[in-house]
Amino acid sequence: MIANYGYKDGSGEFFISIDTAKCAQCEAKPCVEACPEKILVIFTDDYDDEVIGVKEEHRKKIKYSCGPCKPITEKRNLSCQKACPSGAIVHSW
Amino acid sequence: MATGKKKEHWRWEESNWHNPEIDWVKARIITAGVDVGSVSSQAVIMCDGKLFAYSNMRTGSNSPDSALNAINWAMEETGLTLDDLHYTVGTGYGRINVPFANRAVTEIACHARSGGFMYGPTVRTILDIGGQDSKVIHCDSKGKVTSFIMNDKCAAGTGRGMEVFADLLDIPIGEVGTRSLDVEEEPEPVSSTCVVFAKTEAVGLLHAGWSKERVLAAYCSSMAQRVLSLLNRIGIKKDLVITGGIAKNIGIVSRIEDKLGITALKPRYDTQIAGAVGAALFARALIEKDN
Ligand code: SF4
Ligand code: SF4
Repeated sequence: MIANYGYKDGSGEFFISIDTAKCAQCEAKPCVEACPEKILVIFTDDYDDEVIGVKEEHRKKIKYSCGPCKPITEKRNLSCQKACPSGAIVHSW
Repeated sequence: MATGKKKEHWRWEESNWHNPEIDWVKARIITAGVDVGSVSSQAVIMCDGKLFAYSNMRTGSNSPDSALNAINWAMEETGLTLDDLHYTVGTGYGRINVPFANRAVTEIACHARSGGFMYGPTVRTILDIGGQDSKVIHCDSKGKVTSFIMNDKCAAGTGRGMEVFADLLDIPIGEVGTRSLDVEEEPEPVSSTCVVFAKTEAVGLLHAGWSKERVLAAYCSSMAQRVLSLLNRIGIKKDLVITGGIAKNIGIVSRIEDKLGITALKPRYDTQIAGAVGAALFARALIEKDN
């Protein structure tokens, strides 16, 4: 399943897309620990697979929650993507 | 003497129903799905996978009471009691507060599961416009979610936003859709993305001499555009269906269809019970898996 977490508003589209079929096969789930803002969470989905998602409290402000990894003037450093061995996380912005 | 009490135009019609041709005593598996949303709550009871009863009512001030009220209203005059239900799934925003549920399942999975039952086996995209959020769900032929996206940041483009407009314009919510189509030419959509500002914009248009129908057309068009941008983000796979209370608003549905150039499948049942239907179907699958 491709789960899209985030929102669209007047300033743009801010979604994190997660391919949970890949997460269900990923034992270590290193992205969760790698995220400095502790945005990602492991949970059991409706089909009883252990996957990851974006914590509820970050979904409506994800642009700001991920801000520290995406400085405007310096190089972006998306630790979640770097940690993921299978390219399961995509950011829309 | 007139009391001067303002009419509550946002009030949509609550309902309950049961099928007198089904004898639940003979059923092998009786399951229930209870969808407690932010604005409305529904309960659905199925006997061996067939729709036996449902209710559709406004959510009260707390989720457990709303869940109980909904299931009790669905069971009214059927002779059923909570003890007769073999498995119940709670869904919706209040899903973890359904005191008699055996399990909670997200509304995303429940809407996907209900697609085939509500509309037929060709459903692949579900656009659910709920009370305070809208979501687009892709599913496979078995009703399993393959992708989803949700927007719950703002009430504009949702059922609650439409209720606010019905009250503002003094038009019963059930007439909003048809009256929004009663315009000679389609006006520009209201530009505001926030329901509070959209309201202010609408008041300005009324003062500028716009008819209520024209203002409604502009608002319905804006709502259609907003959900369309969500649809475009993950794409549309045929067939498309629209669920939730807004699916009853012909002014929104026809504008979405026009902008997309495709027709949504017509529902076999009340579009507001889709989540609860999916929950009752999930309940059946779970009980069969356990046995
Ligand atoms: S590391 Fe990648 S595959 Fe593993 S859980 Fe995280 S996102 Fe999923
Ligand atoms: S971009 Fe940074 S803050 Fe956002 S999820 Fe990835 S690691 Fe966490």
